[in-house]
Amino acid sequence: MSDRRIPFDRLRLKPAGTVALALLLCLPPFYLDAFWLRIGLFSLAAAIGAVGLSLLAGTAGQLSLGHAFFLAVGAYGYTALAGEPGPGLPPALAVVLAVLLAGAAGGLFSPVAARVRGIYLGVATLALVFLGHHLLLTADSVTGGFNGRSVPPLTLGGFAFAEDGRELVVLGVPFGAEERLWYLGLALFGITCFTARGLLRSRPGRALAALRDSETAAAVMGVDVARHRSAAFVVSSMYAGLAGVLLALAFRRVVPDYFSLALSVDYLAMIVIGGLGSVAGATAGAVFVTALPLLMTRYADQLPLVATPGSGDGAVGPTEAARYLYGAAIVLILLYAPDGLHGLARRVRGRLPGRHSPGSPSREPAGPPPSPSSPAARPKEHTP
Amino acid sequence: MTSLFGDLLDGLALGAVYALVALGFVVVFKASGVINFAQGSLLLFGGYLTAVLHDDLGFAGALAAAVLATALLAGALDRLLFGRGDPDPRTAHVQTIVTIGVDILLLTDLSRRIGGDLLSLGDPWGDSVARIGSVTVADSRLAAIAVSAVAIGAVFALFRYSGWGLSLRAAAEDQEAAALMGVRLGRVRTLAWCLAGALAALAAVFLAAFPAPGLERTTGQIAFKAFPAAILGGMTSPPGALAGSLLIGLTEALVAAHQAELHVLGEGFGDVVPYAVMVLVLLVRPTGLFGAKGAARV
Repeated sequence: MSDRRIPFDRLRLKPAGTVALALLLCLPPFYLDAFWLRIGLFSLAAAIGAVGLSLLAGTAGQLSLGHAFFLAVGAYGYTALAGEPGPGLPPALAVVLAVLLAGAAGGLFSPVAARVRGIYLGVATLALVFLGHHLLLTADSVTGGFNGRSVPPLTLGGFAFAEDGRELVVLGVPFGAEERLWYLGLALFGITCFTARGLLRSRPGRALAALRDSETAAAVMGVDVARHRSAAFVVSSMYAGLAGVLLALAFRRVVPDYFSLALSVDYLAMIVIGGLGSVAGATAGAVFVTALPLLMTRYADQLPLVATPGSGDGAVGPTEAARYLYGAAIVLILLYAPDGLHGLARRVRGRLPGRHSPGSPSREPAGPPPSPSSPAARPKEHTP
Repeated sequence: MTSLFGDLLDGLALGAVYALVALGFVVVFKASGVINFAQGSLLLFGGYLTAVLHDDLGFAGALAAAVLATALLAGALDRLLFGRGDPDPRTAHVQTIVTIGVDILLLTDLSRRIGGDLLSLGDPWGDSVARIGSVTVADSRLAAIAVSAVAIGAVFALFRYSGWGLSLRAAAEDQEAAALMGVRLGRVRTLAWCLAGALAALAAVFLAAFPAPGLERTTGQIAFKAFPAAILGGMTSPPGALAGSLLIGLTEALVAAHQAELHVLGEGFGDVVPYAVMVLVLLVRPTGLFGAKGAARV
């Protein structure tokens, strides 16, 4: 039992692969313009949040529709702590505090999060979104009310992740806000992946997986059910807070209406499309859901059946077309490929010859049905 | 001038409408273990059909057509998405997320059609009011109470006396045993979806009637307020859902009426108070007020 790997992240890369991928991701600012970098930046932020939600939904088997609230706590926490009016803390400190604040908000909800199970938690967390939105509108001395407030740029040791008047040219490419934020996002995403994978393979990660598969069995084996459930919720909120900070920096302005139920549903769509319970899947889903509407808006005039924005009532605009597509993606993926893009990738790779070299650990999960990752596929607790 | 009696009537009307939606959640949940997130867009669909058809068919005809069409749509969704097979408790969670996908699709399409408009449903009550003693109440509110009472009574009678109601209760108790006794689980489930759709379409009329300005694309969001109602009732208990709905409706009406004294909580707190109530109740009773404590066998 001791050294069997839990099959969460089958897209695990070897160290050389990881380094190559990281280097590849450092290249875009030198070749792509600000539009593409913004898409990438939003995708990175979404990926951080989605990884957090994936930990909760895929590993702990708890569903949350309150992710928008924790994103808002992170975004507004950073803005309020670092900005004027406010305590005006150093931005780097404000980032850390904002993430902790999101964790604390998750902790406050833990009496509910620890005791309410699975899909019911999803409904209970709806409350957070609506109450949070109300709070953002009401507490206008901190949040700026309906119009929101502008986000102070992040500076780290005199280096600003924004246009700061000083020209910065690297290898002949002028580095504006997008280029600088890209690297920040990349670093934060790297930290997210690293910590999330560590967590999944650690003792608490295994406890959570046991909890998802059977609450009773896990409790009998000595897993403290309530404590692990609320801890998963807190950790997931902290990732959401971090994603919120990055989004705030990318948007440069935070407004309450962004943090609506639709945003929570977007995050749910990301992890479902990507495949529950895997870091790589959550990332793929985040890129899909984030980039699709932006790309469709940009290329609306070249796409069939899609009207350019503002071309009259009743026409299918790019935003709507994107929503149709990903609504359909959720339905189709769940009905025909319940383990998402991640599962599809695994199946395709399984068919390729030469994948099962002796060095790679067995790809098949140990348990009977290959059902692992969804809260969905929890086996019925029942004696045969 | 508001008075306690007037506020209570408002709350009762609101609660009655929530109860229609919440009962929809409960029947679908009892039949299949699925929480139907598409209920809000089904509601919007029913309201939209009523709004579009009332010029040609008259209000009553349009409403009847909308209720029927929404019921058929809900039933068709169930057949199409979840197949003809027997419901499987293991897939209930997946299906719940599928309903979120369906909600996105339906809602996107309906919002696109409705746009920024306010649609009138052509209901006969208009903005007329009735006087009861010193209190003025909108006729539409009284109609909401009366119609909901009849509809809810009919649903309860259906549960209690019809063969389908018996099958539904049996299936909710133990699916395997029910199936072995000859209950056709697939059919029970499809009928539950139809009923939920019909109730949602009916609720749409009262949510869009005076004093609300009309049907807008956000009307469907109101269905989310019936979630707290159903959860308070423990999700499986129709009387619980009714009680939860009335509690939510009354709280919302009272908070909205005493807005001035509660200004610390911010403007429009009435709109979100159902969620606050839900969180408070879940803190004390995680299974809801009327929910049974689930027993797990290993």
